[in-house]
Amino acid sequence: MGTSLDIKIKRANKVYHAGPIQIINSTIEMVKPGKFPSGKTEIPFEFPLHVKGNKVLYETYHGVFVNIQYTLRCDMRRSLLAKDLTKTCEFIVHSAPQKGKLTPSPVDFTITPETLQNVKERALLPKFLIRGHLNSTNCVITQPLTGELVVESSEAAIKSIELQLVRVETCGCAEGYARDATEIQNIQIADGDVCRSLSVPIYMVFPRLFTCPTLETTNFKVEFEVNIVVLLHADHLITENFPLKLCRM
Amino acid sequence: MAVFPWHSRSRNYKAEFASCRLEAVPLEFGDYHPLKPITVTESKTKKVSRKGSTSSTSSSSSSSVLDPLSSVLDGTDPLSMFAATADPAATDSSRKRRDRDENSIVGSDFEPWANKRGEILARYTTTEKLSINLFMGSEKGKAGTVTSAMSEKVRTRLEELDDFEEGSQKELLNLTQQDYVNRIEELNQSLKDAWASDQKVKALKIVIQCSKLLSDTSVIQFYPSKFVLITDILDTFGKLVYERIFSMCVDNRSVLPDHFSPENVNDTAKETCLNWFFKIASIRELIPRFYVEASILKCNKFLSKTGISECLPRLTCMIRGIGDPLVSVYARAYLCRVGMEVAPHLKESLNKNFFDFLLTFKQIHGDTVQNQLVVQGVELPSYLPLYSPAMDWIFQCISYHAPEALLTEMMDRCKKLGNNALLLNSVMSAFRAEFIATRSMDFIGMIKECDESGFPKHLLFRSLGLNLALADPPEGDRLQILNEAWKVITKLKNPQDYINCAEVWVEYTCKHFTKREVNTVLADVIKHMTPDRAFEDSYPQLHSIIKKVIAHFHDFSVLFSVEKFLPFLDMFQKESVRVEVCKCIMEVFIKHQQEPTKDPVILNALLHVCKTMHDSVNALTLEDEKRMLAYLINGFIKMVSFGRDFEQQLSFYVEARSMFCNLEPVLVQLIHSVNRLAMETRKVMKGNHSRKTAAFVRACVAYCFITIPSLVGIFTRLNLYLHSGQVALANQCLSQADAFFKAAISLIPEVPKMINIDGKMRPSESFLLEFLCNFFSTLLIVPDHPEHGVLFLVRELLNVIQDYTWEDSSDDKIRIYTCVLHLLSAMSQENYLYHIDKVDSNDSLYGGDSKFLAENNKLCETVMAQILEHLKTLAKDEALKRQSSLGLSFFNSILAHGDLRNNRLNQLSVNLWHLAQRHGCADTRTMVKTLEYIKKRSKQPDMGHLTELALRLPLQTRT
Repeated sequence: MGTSLDIKIKRANKVYHAGPIQIINSTIEMVKPGKFPSGKTEIPFEFPLHVKGNKVLYETYHGVFVNIQYTLRCDMRRSLLAKDLTKTCEFIVHSAPQKGKLTPSPVDFTITPETLQNVKERALLPKFLIRGHLNSTNCVITQPLTGELVVESSEAAIKSIELQLVRVETCGCAEGYARDATEIQNIQIADGDVCRSLSVPIYMVFPRLFTCPTLETTNFKVEFEVNIVVLLHADHLITENFPLKLCRM
Repeated sequence: MAVFPWHSRSRNYKAEFASCRLEAVPLEFGDYHPLKPITVTESKTKKVSRKGSTSSTSSSSSSSVLDPLSSVLDGTDPLSMFAATADPAATDSSRKRRDRDENSIVGSDFEPWANKRGEILARYTTTEKLSINLFMGSEKGKAGTVTSAMSEKVRTRLEELDDFEEGSQKELLNLTQQDYVNRIEELNQSLKDAWASDQKVKALKIVIQCSKLLSDTSVIQFYPSKFVLITDILDTFGKLVYERIFSMCVDNRSVLPDHFSPENVNDTAKETCLNWFFKIASIRELIPRFYVEASILKCNKFLSKTGISECLPRLTCMIRGIGDPLVSVYARAYLCRVGMEVAPHLKESLNKNFFDFLLTFKQIHGDTVQNQLVVQGVELPSYLPLYSPAMDWIFQCISYHAPEALLTEMMDRCKKLGNNALLLNSVMSAFRAEFIATRSMDFIGMIKECDESGFPKHLLFRSLGLNLALADPPEGDRLQILNEAWKVITKLKNPQDYINCAEVWVEYTCKHFTKREVNTVLADVIKHMTPDRAFEDSYPQLHSIIKKVIAHFHDFSVLFSVEKFLPFLDMFQKESVRVEVCKCIMEVFIKHQQEPTKDPVILNALLHVCKTMHDSVNALTLEDEKRMLAYLINGFIKMVSFGRDFEQQLSFYVEARSMFCNLEPVLVQLIHSVNRLAMETRKVMKGNHSRKTAAFVRACVAYCFITIPSLVGIFTRLNLYLHSGQVALANQCLSQADAFFKAAISLIPEVPKMINIDGKMRPSESFLLEFLCNFFSTLLIVPDHPEHGVLFLVRELLNVIQDYTWEDSSDDKIRIYTCVLHLLSAMSQENYLYHIDKVDSNDSLYGGDSKFLAENNKLCETVMAQILEHLKTLAKDEALKRQSSLGLSFFNSILAHGDLRNNRLNQLSVNLWHLAQRHGCADTRTMVKTLEYIKKRSKQPDMGHLTELALRLPLQTRT
């Protein structure tokens, strides 16, 4: 019978209140040298994530270039005859909600053939007028992105209107900056030729796995944007981009 | 074996009867008697005042018995006591609580969705080919404008999800409607299976794919049915998720109450619930995201108190994103359906759905929809009714317990929109009938103004008619409404449209107008339905019209004086339908006809109706059906009476016999009726028939005599012979009575061993035994025929009994012989136990003639010899018990009917007593009781000899 070592964390999303800290191998001794009784032994443990200097304890984040990961390792040293045992386990860090109130930053928008950039033949575009607003581009990550959109007029029938959530990672390296944009969620808010002049709600819940508060450090950045994508018949595709600022409150 | 002579005990029936009778004691008023009716005199209860001074008095005339109901009223009745003492504030709050409860549960007056389901599935069908497009895999064709560069980890994660049932992406083309329904049912099953095997992700995928089908509007005629099928799956899913989370809240200690609050829900359950909502929030496409979230709306209860009330308006708004007006109206219907189920008190969302719908109403006439209709080759008049089920449902939800003002507002809003026929129809389908009925004239006006090319007008009139069948319009408007409506209905060219409309309006006409108007309406229907035999396609509607008419005209003389009623019946040319209609008519007749009738109009018409039913009987007709038809025809026959015109009555029965000869129960009824007629005649003549009535009675008897042989049931025939014989005897038709009895006797050998009773084969002996005993009782009073020998009927009967092959294992033959012994004893009396008025029985014919008595005794001896012979054969082991009981029964017979002063008879009885006890088979208690009885009898006058007998009867003690 081999001896095995296991780590169980009761709540993976427990919030560790912490200010700026330095990430180090902080070690604690759980048990003094001695002998375990045979069978299963459970040892409860708890330790604060110590803060050092002016470093920030970032939220756990798995991206393309940027990964912020926290692991827990448990070593069990044993007598000369037996091998030492090691087990590692990831735990997730959510930063403490920021104090204070988020200042809403509403955005109104109007989309017409004239407001578009990157159009090859503006004359070929059917006429349309789409108005709308986002209630705020400063978003609380646990709250949905909300707003409204009205198709005032459109010559061509509308096929679909979608919200595309895009994450942009930027990081500095030897060759300069690397930038990577990933679509992390696409939500259709209108299907088919919607009624004119009737507001359609903009509503999107931020996916828990792929979003984190907007992050800007000296070495890297994680930012989010939302695209409002309107698909017209005859495959015209109109995209309007809005940068977002996510935070945890 | 020695032959035992028989000596009947001579009886004085009158004296015996008097001695048996209980003494009558006159009852004083006020004395207790159990059968005395309980009369409760008025019990006055003063109005209960708030303060609680209650007084009530009650009294009962029978002091010894308390009526349990009135005794409750004695004193304060508990309800008024409660009302008096209850604190008004408390009552108020409890009422509030009750109100709230009523709000959160929809009452039974709300027609549930389940009722609509079948109707929609039956109505919205297609013969076109359908397709199901299921991508059980991933959404590979994701519109990505940004170069995908997910981290490896994320990619594998997503692929893991996608891999689930990879390759099950399939498109099923060319499905017939039935195939489609089957496929959906399979999906429903695989959803349940996936759930049961803990494959929650797969279950979710199935539901998403199914709801995606609702965005497909190809084969648009089928869309309402598709909606029904798919929302069934969604309902299943919603229930599964809710129950799963609910079960997570149940720990070892307690079960979550039905009205729980979110605080009672544990973290795991909340987390799971939240996960579902997150997962659903990330569904890419709008329609599946909407439907799946709506399906688990109820789960919001686990998360927060306000969850549902926040969710409903958001989902309502979300529907605005659905471009196709048909798809969106059905989405609204689904939301209202779920909303009514989960939170019926949240009316605002219902209203919002309605108003949003009105805002998008104009889309129906927009280019996108019109183009689609052209592509699919669907005309507007058949497209618009596709909206009805959804709209009717939404309207029904809103109008449920809604204040009048809201309804008026809704109506006004509908009025303002162009081509509002569709809306109008839904208003009429969903709103309270009373609301519609009081505004009938307004509605007729609006219907008239509607655009011809849009929603079919006949549907509008049909809807209005349905309301008027339920609620009455103002008195003054009634005729005008009918005229206005019928003016339009009669102009409908298509017979189907016409009849669907007319069917509904017949009810209104019957309810409020006389036969003149009904006649006009029926005439109009005939006029429309006769060309090209259009009636052939509309039997259900025509049948329904008949039902409505007869439901309102219970007086059949009025009904048949509606000239067009019978010509209307002639439209039912398919026999099965015709018979069904006839059955309906007869059922109503039997139910409502109070008085017997001789009205020639009714008789002619109903004979015709009954004949139709009778003629439908053939070799393949089921027994049940025959029984039903016979029951109906019999009901009619019983209701026909020509009063004192007996001859007319008889000739009616003659006619009926010729008409209904194929239904045995009807013939039986006719025989009974004729017998009854004969007895009626006797009653009228007070027993003294004149020459004319005697001839008439003989005609009746003859009727029976020639009718009985045509019956099949052997016991039916036997009993009818006996019965008719009795009637003949009662009417002094002696030779006819003889003929009946002889016929019965000659029929007995034909009685089969087994007969069919209610489909099961049963031995017939017990029935035969019963019949014969009955027969014997009658034979007692049948006088001998002067030209035949003494007791010729009894002799003949005995011969038949002798020759009949009886079951070896039964003693029925001996039981019958014992009965014959009783009969013969009764016959040897000076005065018989009973007589028939004006018929001289053998007692007066022979006047106790010794030759007659000798004949009688000889017969007795023969019978006794037979009995004893049989007892002897029972001396085998397995038959000892039978021997004992039979012996005792014979002993009892001798005791009752024999003269025990005769030594040999006395000896025989002692022997039988011993025989009964010989093998220890006798029941001691019975023996003791019998002995006690003998001792008691011995104390009566002229019975002294029994004392001696009792001494000779030892009781065997069991060891």
